[in-house]
Amino acid sequence: MQRGEAMAQASKLRESFRDAVADIPDGSRIGFGGFAMPGVPFNLIMALKEQGAKRLTLVANTTGSSQQPRMPDIGMLVENGQVAKVICAFTAPTRPTETLPFTPFYESGEVDAELVPQGTLAERLRAAGAGILAFYTPTAVGTELAEGRETRVIGGREYLLEYALPLDYAFVRARRADAAGNLRFHRSQRNFNPVMATAARCTIAEIEEPVVEAGAIDPDDVHLSGIYVHRMVAVPPAPEGIWPAKRRERRR
Amino acid sequence: MSGTKGWTRQQMADRVAREFQDGWIVNLGVGIPTLCSNTDIGGRAITYHSENGVIGYGPVAAPGEEDLNLVNAGGQNVTLRPGAAVVHHADSFGVIRGGRIDATVMGAYQVSMTGDFANWKLKGQKGGGIGGAMDLAACARRVFIILEHVTRDGSPRLVEKCDLPVTARGVVTLVSTNYGLFAPTGEGFHLLELAPGMTVEEVRAATGGVLTVADWRL
Repeated sequence: MQRGEAMAQASKLRESFRDAVADIPDGSRIGFGGFAMPGVPFNLIMALKEQGAKRLTLVANTTGSSQQPRMPDIGMLVENGQVAKVICAFTAPTRPTETLPFTPFYESGEVDAELVPQGTLAERLRAAGAGILAFYTPTAVGTELAEGRETRVIGGREYLLEYALPLDYAFVRARRADAAGNLRFHRSQRNFNPVMATAARCTIAEIEEPVVEAGAIDPDDVHLSGIYVHRMVAVPPAPEGIWPAKRRERRR
Repeated sequence: MSGTKGWTRQQMADRVAREFQDGWIVNLGVGIPTLCSNTDIGGRAITYHSENGVIGYGPVAAPGEEDLNLVNAGGQNVTLRPGAAVVHHADSFGVIRGGRIDATVMGAYQVSMTGDFANWKLKGQKGGGIGGAMDLAACARRVFIILEHVTRDGSPRLVEKCDLPVTARGVVTLVSTNYGLFAPTGEGFHLLELAPGMTVEEVRAATGGVLTVADWRL
């Protein structure tokens, strides 16, 4: 391997989460991987909270969870006054008896929200990464989400026009990476992470295992190509690093 | 629900699960629908799909054996069955929109006679929780709903027309409640099966819109 090449690859690794998010400007649109506990970039969320960028638009499946223990979620950035808008599939919890920390900020009008069906959210991100500007989907036709919006009947069925959702930054979490930024995810950790990364101009990844040299992951086994991953930080052991915790059983 | 009248939550789920056919790919929503996977339906092989891209998950993991990076759509730590696969979120919803889901089972606040249903937003609420419900409702081959027959204050959940914001229109083919099993027909709810201890008149009184009953029951 030539020296210049090795250096270029090494440059994706950052010393700290603080370092990796230091230059994120106010007003950025940032997407977060994760679904329930798996694949949430906990450490990057906390670093962004400390960094303090404001007027952010955040894209994620949900604004947080009502479960205990509470893990880092984008609701914490909302509580910290950093967020102008969220784009997500939940602004309220699945169970009406629970409340999300985010909800009062939305109800008071302090933070705006765009509620998007989960599959439409995933596809808008995928489309952004794949150079598709818009698409028609049958999801949400006939609901209040479709009111006043463009639909089209194709082959006798009505479809709703949806636009791609490009990101400035994506925060992802993966099990394994090589120095080239190729990622592998473990089990349902994958979820939104690959589509967040492909939709973003700059992807920052937190990695659970020590980063291996380029080529140590077989090319056939790569889940997300390193061309989409720009910065990486290894997650230190707890308590310095934040790792998934076993959730407490919810009372019925 | 009082005494032995009507079905329990598990029985409501059992009744739906017995409709699953060998080889089906099924998506179970959070709450009572999750209980469908407990039902013994003989040797029929069902592949359970979860919105987060897990195709072929199995029972909830035993305490101490959880993989914290493996959950179903309800966030429970599940196991994988032999032959399972994991895909990313866009591919997972490709499975849904592409028509590969034979049946989705969901909870709801209301179901209408025309097969509309509402499960993402309460009256007067700002925003809501859609999750994957609208994609599943619009694209699964069959939409089965499980819900308590009446609200806590006794209002019908089976209604002529939903007054809550709908999740999808005209898609529900089967409704299981603690009072029985029903099919929305457009003109009413057809009673397919009565839960033990219930009478047709009790069910009719607790149902919004028209309740139709096969002649042989009268």
